[in-house]
Amino acid sequence: MSFPFSRPAALAVVIGTLAAVGLTACGGATHAATMAAAATPQAAPAATPAAQPAVATSAVTIDNFSFMPAAIKVKAGTTVTWTNSDEEPHSVVSSEEPMRSKTLAGPNNTFTHTFAKPGTYHYNCGIHPFMHGSVEVTA
Amino acid sequence: MNSANPDDAFKHELSRRRFLRHAAWAGAAVAVTVSGGVVTSNVLHHGSSTPNAEDFSFVQISDSHIGFTGAANPDVTKTFQSAIDLVNALPARPDFVVHTGDLTHFSTNEQFDQVKQMLSTLRTGQVLVLPGEHDSTDDTGEKYRQFFGAGTQGDGWFSFDHRGAHFVALVNTINLQKLGHLGPEQLAWLEGDLKRVKSETPLVVFSHIPLFAMYPDWGWGTDDATTALGYMPRFGSVTVLNGHVHQLMKKVEGNITFHTAAPTAYPLPHGGDGPAPKPVVVPAAQLHQALGIRQAHLLPGRHGLAITDQELPS
Repeated sequence: MSFPFSRPAALAVVIGTLAAVGLTACGGATHAATMAAAATPQAAPAATPAAQPAVATSAVTIDNFSFMPAAIKVKAGTTVTWTNSDEEPHSVVSSEEPMRSKTLAGPNNTFTHTFAKPGTYHYNCGIHPFMHGSVEVTA
Repeated sequence: MNSANPDDAFKHELSRRRFLRHAAWAGAAVAVTVSGGVVTSNVLHHGSSTPNAEDFSFVQISDSHIGFTGAANPDVTKTFQSAIDLVNALPARPDFVVHTGDLTHFSTNEQFDQVKQMLSTLRTGQVLVLPGEHDSTDDTGEKYRQFFGAGTQGDGWFSFDHRGAHFVALVNTINLQKLGHLGPEQLAWLEGDLKRVKSETPLVVFSHIPLFAMYPDWGWGTDDATTALGYMPRFGSVTVLNGHVHQLMKKVEGNITFHTAAPTAYPLPHGGDGPAPKPVVVPAAQLHQALGIRQAHLLPGRHGLAITDQELPS
């Protein structure tokens, strides 16, 4: 259970804040590390899904802020369906394939898209862009 | 200090001195106090003065998520109203109120309209707004800008001068691929905007997503922030105020002080605490402690903003 702002915790937050100030002030290395992380280039989304073998399915479930399976494989002409089972809204957007779902939430929690051309298409949630997936389309 | 062990007193003094030395290195000492749920951090700087700046205050509110219906806050309208009431009850009327995004949860016209009407009841000189990613859930911010885009540029960014200080509102919530993103057009605009501002002018920057790498695995950072911050080292005082993470955090990097804001809707976990940044459900009677408003005072002769975070009343 994480509860950031209970009364006793409030003091801890303040102490933590002071510690962070000190760290930043004296730790050149810490500073350099965080700035480097901030500079992560935008090309990153390809990395995560590619690490897992693609699963042959046309159904993707969104659960616990993840696309499952994150990497799928379908034949050209297949219609892929995404279903959001989280309470939070999610979406499916891609800069590599012209698809942008509506907000998936409540009764409108599914999105379909037909992949015509072979290739590998990466996508993410437009609201929580750290959520990544990919669709490998074979001939 | 009431300490039974003299060693403790010595350690305390040592750590205090060390802190002050490091704080001097950073450019500003910070005193943080907690009193009745109010967290205050005062900048205790005795360095170069800002002769043109006047004493005034403004208010930041953030992350209202109108339209959210989950267990973490069954009535986000009520808590947003409570935040507005708290601002309206402040002894000193703020010069302006800025909402740093996630006005709505689903970016519908009805939600934008409701937020706009509620914001219009604020007792202040002007209401300023910037978008969060929840304000463009199914478009690239077009609906948001129909309601709040007047007088802004690009995706909704803007800047202004106010009583000796310069303010910039950035939009880093459009076309996201992992982290927050400013984009080359906005960066070029920012570089040109700051060129005409004198280095001794206090600079205050608003964004929704943090401009520092708070927890990149959850998208809590901005991929091209280093370019934006690279325009700012010459300024004596830079304060960046953001929302998005639904919790208070302060970070100092060189001449820049970052403050993340409390939400008016619901808390999120600390970065990496659990599998995802899901809304945190707390006992109903304690929810108000996780929500709040922020006052910022700019004082003449001081080198930065004095920030006061205040939780919502029960």
